[in-house]
Amino acid sequence: MPENDIGGAKRPANPLRDPRDRRLNRIAGPSSLVLFGVTGDLARKKLMPAVYDLANRGLLPPSFALVGFGRRDWEHEDFAEEVKAAVKAHARTPFDEAVWAQLSEGVRFVRGSFDEDDAFLRLKDTLEELDAKRGTRGNHAFYLSIPPKAFEQVCRQLSKHGLAQAEDGKWRRVVIEKPFGHNLESARQLNEIVESVFPADAVFRIDHYLGKETVQNILALRFANQLFEPLWNANYVDHVQITMAEDIGTGGRAGYYDGVGAARDVIQNHLLQLLALTAMEEPISFNADDLRAEKEKVLAAVKLPEDLSTHSARGQFAGGWQGGELVQGYLEEEGIPADSTTETYAAIRVDINTRRWSGVPFYLRAGKRLGRRVTEIAVVFKRAPNLLFLDQHEQEFGQNAVVIRVQPDEGATIRFGSKVPGTQMEVRDVSMDFGYGHSFTESSPEAYERLILDVLLGEPPLFPRHEEVELSWKILDPFEEYWASTGAQPEPYAPGSWGPASADELLARDGRSWRRP
Amino acid sequence: MIIDLPNTTTSKISKEITNMRHRGGVVALGRVLTLVVITKHGYEEEAIEAANEASREHPCRIIVLVDSGRDSADRIDGQIRVGGDAGASEVIVLRGYGRLAEESESLVAALLLPDAPIVAWWPHGAPKDAGDTSIGRIAHRRITDSGNEPDPTSALYRLRETYQAGDTDLAWTRLTNWRIQLAAALDQADGSPVTGVTVEGASDSPSTVLLASWLTLAFDAPVTIVADPAGTGIRRVRLHRATGDIQLYRPGLTVAELTQPDQPNQRIALPRRSLQDCLSEELRRLDADEVFGEVLASGLPRTNLRSVQPSER
Repeated sequence: MPENDIGGAKRPANPLRDPRDRRLNRIAGPSSLVLFGVTGDLARKKLMPAVYDLANRGLLPPSFALVGFGRRDWEHEDFAEEVKAAVKAHARTPFDEAVWAQLSEGVRFVRGSFDEDDAFLRLKDTLEELDAKRGTRGNHAFYLSIPPKAFEQVCRQLSKHGLAQAEDGKWRRVVIEKPFGHNLESARQLNEIVESVFPADAVFRIDHYLGKETVQNILALRFANQLFEPLWNANYVDHVQITMAEDIGTGGRAGYYDGVGAARDVIQNHLLQLLALTAMEEPISFNADDLRAEKEKVLAAVKLPEDLSTHSARGQFAGGWQGGELVQGYLEEEGIPADSTTETYAAIRVDINTRRWSGVPFYLRAGKRLGRRVTEIAVVFKRAPNLLFLDQHEQEFGQNAVVIRVQPDEGATIRFGSKVPGTQMEVRDVSMDFGYGHSFTESSPEAYERLILDVLLGEPPLFPRHEEVELSWKILDPFEEYWASTGAQPEPYAPGSWGPASADELLARDGRSWRRP
Repeated sequence: MIIDLPNTTTSKISKEITNMRHRGGVVALGRVLTLVVITKHGYEEEAIEAANEASREHPCRIIVLVDSGRDSADRIDGQIRVGGDAGASEVIVLRGYGRLAEESESLVAALLLPDAPIVAWWPHGAPKDAGDTSIGRIAHRRITDSGNEPDPTSALYRLRETYQAGDTDLAWTRLTNWRIQLAAALDQADGSPVTGVTVEGASDSPSTVLLASWLTLAFDAPVTIVADPAGTGIRRVRLHRATGDIQLYRPGLTVAELTQPDQPNQRIALPRRSLQDCLSEELRRLDADEVFGEVLASGLPRTNLRSVQPSER
């Protein structure tokens, strides 16, 4: 974004801005964040604390306002108390009375339901009051932390009351969270609704994974180093495994989760985004357009296996002991129908039809109640020709791997063979580990801090475009349709394990095995 | 854990650090830089505390050279602090006596991390030419603090004469938040040029002078310094413009008020920065701060340092 292009109006350059002066952080311009769905978990545990943390780091403008919209019978002060409690419980940075006092002056609450015209009129009055008294200057972002079925109504209401249209030199933006539909068609419908009200560049789709430091570090690791990129192709890479494992069950999200399942819940968005960042070509710049263009190219090049039955696996966790705790199976969890065929584990193989990745399978797996909570990308290299260490079985020292750990304990690991001390020439695999927390700040910013700031600054590189969402559904839909066509119950797996036997067979067929993350 | 090694050498200290790693798995991997603190007896703990806190953001090895008196017999007393006593770092304190009291590269060479940048910091008592000291020559970044000098303004001029890429001063770091807010306020303003500037701040503060110099350089407009009593820090910056002034005013020590034409007054939390905060910022980037260099080289001589007394408002 050009330095002096604010709200579309060209102005003379600011003499205090010098591109070499990198101490000057960009702070968001005058604006407000309007939060729909104030009582949700996400709002309390992530969004409100992130807003406070940004204020505490001095990255919000003094005029910043936070407006809550909800059905509760709250005054501004009550909502401010709720925010304060959420901030105290969940904020990353220490609580500072002075920062809070400054922030809380801009906290407002508008009571009403989504179908109530009066409520949106009150919202409009509130925003006008903020423009006049707080100095938000007509810049407002609407954060829809609400179920997708309510999107249409809220968007229409915003449009009807003139809240979605920005005057010249001002902006209105809308932030939506996944799921972006449950298949290609519904994603298109959803997008039509949102983009009928807001222009495409005012829609910010949050995939909070993309706000994580390690995910952004994939780009640094790949493109800021000379070490990895020459090896990052089919000549040296054997295959890639992308894993997102959770050790919990549906945990209160049963109502949402059933009927959605692991593949739609995380493979379609998080894992395919990780795949895109791992596999894409080097973008010509970090501009949103250039970055997204590369991601779209690689997603468009994804080729599905011809026989989906042998290249995918689904599972459903059973009850039993997990890590010293007796847990219920998926079908016994509260709110789940006893005959549900929703999968809690899904694994798929895809290929990428480019010269760089020709013949390199990408295995994606996601599941609940697995061995431990971990998200990682493992790039597994081809086996070295074993010419010297003849008395050793190839199994004893394996394939080199670069593993990018996304969460928890963000970092990267390189596995390579090393001589075992002693008189014999024996080789064993060792790991070289880089922990983000060891080399950098002990508390790196939360993903939502970065993303909310980017919304207010209007910087879209970390937000997927609708085209990416469509491409992701095009990859996943055939698997979903195949699974639905079999009508089979997903294969049960023991809690605390690494998924059903069919998932292991999926790799065994290709002569490979899953990494233990 | 604190281990004292009286009357020692740096090779013995280095050996002890390796031993500690083997024995207890007290690991010193993932360090991103070596911070060498050059200070005097009695001042070291304050500096170590700030460095420990800063090390939570930038894990580093901290070597503290304490000048413990040049009249004693030549000797080094070493101390190693790790774990809970050293933040996310390891601290090596070297108390030098006699001819070993003075800082030198040879004293720390065995303890520097391989292939990692070196930052030298003089919390009190800046040398005449930081870049020409033994440690300063091998350091990638040299941090002084003119605010702790007996005559801060002449300390700034001395910095100017000896400035080389990699030099920085905490008086400049203390300004960052003010500069951010001023730049952000001007981002939103109409394009009307700034025709004059008033900076009001403590007469004894080099930060006031640096802020005035930066604004002189940026706007090419006359800057007036209004002198406040010592110890108050910066209180006010007013940018005079034909279409209305922009003012950032901090009456107390934490909250500032931003006044802009046609806008409601706004309040910003703008507290004085702690030493640890400033040090963390300095360690964030290890390349030369060219803007600081220009402010010293071109801004400072053009700035009218003759201050006026605050008018009654």
